[in-house]
Amino acid sequence: MIRVALLVARKDLRIEGRSRVLLWQVVPFGAMALLLAGLALGPTQAGHSSAAPGLFYLVMLFVTLLMVARSRAIESRPGTRASIDTLGLDPASIFLGKALALAVELWVTGALLLAGTVVVLHTSLHGTLVGAPNVVVTLAALAAAGVLHGALSGSSEGAATLLPMLSLPAFSPLLIAGERAYSAALHGGALWEWWTISLVALAAYLGLGVLLYGVLEES
Amino acid sequence: MSASVASLRDALVVRGGFPLLSGVTLELEPASMSVVTGANGAGKTTLLQLLGGLVALSGGSGVVCGVDLGSDDRRALRRRVGWLGHEGSFYDDLTVRENLHFAARAMARPIEGISSVVARVGLEGRELVPARLLSAGQRRRLGLAWLLLRRPELWLLDEPYAALDDEGRDYLDALLGDVVAAGATVVVSAHDALRRVPTGTRTVRLVGGRVAGSA
Repeated sequence: MIRVALLVARKDLRIEGRSRVLLWQVVPFGAMALLLAGLALGPTQAGHSSAAPGLFYLVMLFVTLLMVARSRAIESRPGTRASIDTLGLDPASIFLGKALALAVELWVTGALLLAGTVVVLHTSLHGTLVGAPNVVVTLAALAAAGVLHGALSGSSEGAATLLPMLSLPAFSPLLIAGERAYSAALHGGALWEWWTISLVALAAYLGLGVLLYGVLEES
Repeated sequence: MSASVASLRDALVVRGGFPLLSGVTLELEPASMSVVTGANGAGKTTLLQLLGGLVALSGGSGVVCGVDLGSDDRRALRRRVGWLGHEGSFYDDLTVRENLHFAARAMARPIEGISSVVARVGLEGRELVPARLLSAGQRRRLGLAWLLLRRPELWLLDEPYAALDDEGRDYLDALLGDVVAAGATVVVSAHDALRRVPTGTRTVRLVGGRVAGSA
């Protein structure tokens, strides 16, 4: 299972690296969204830092939706889909591979945007570094939930609008827990209870994906 | 039924309430070639998808490569068939070598075989070219290389002659002849009867999802 998962993850990352959509489209989009949010908050720096965690995860939500759609598009062409299906790969491995690739893409984007929050929204570097491990776990959980909901929304023409509608209720607890943990890292407060939610969500979505991904893809 | 690679009895495939195949009965012998002809919408692609376990059987019965199409184990069948679509059956953003490397690793085949397969389909010197930059004929050859590397028992080729020049068609004819001679079973879909078919090739004509003739 791990061998195939790594094979799928490497393939997805290689394709993403070659298309450069993440580098030239998604990251600039995220940076622009953060910059505009900073401008909208006004010239004083007082409110920027407290709003930073919420803005960061709002932007990461948009990024996740974009990247899930990209991940689905890799195999959307009928001939490619049939060809991959006839490889008879274990669906659980495909899920883990795609979730890993998406997590790596979100980690890269998240790292750049966290740096952006320090510069644009004036968050403390120390607090950001303290909160970073939780961001890693939360983004991994978002990736697993995203791949699962991508399969749930299918490959139909309506998938682009169905995906946000289906995934937002699932993403919300993750985003709230991530935002609270990041805030606690920046401004003080209980961090571990939010950590627990992120870790439980990650384990739950990985388990659900391993169990359900094949069924959803078949249906 | 036991000696056949595929055996369909009154096979029915329904999608969205519309019957794409209806009452199809078919036997495919081992190491044989069959050509499925018919107009657009006749059900050629659906028949190939059914034989590959890519669509579910809605009615009737069928056994392909020993797998009952009525069972839930169509994934076991898929590993034993190879698919080549006319629009390309690989990743456009990967190079020729990367595509073949992925197929070989996914099927736990030795990657040492890639170079000989690339040479066999005439893509030497293009191993590092992304698939999207290949011509229609070269893309077809890459799809064939993917199948040669996988060595499936049943080859399902959806309109493989489309957009090929005479040289490409001759090449495909020769390669499929070799594949059949090596013991694999080949099913090819085409709009019209092929200009030249190997001896013993069976032609199945579909009209409106039904078998209208077989020779």
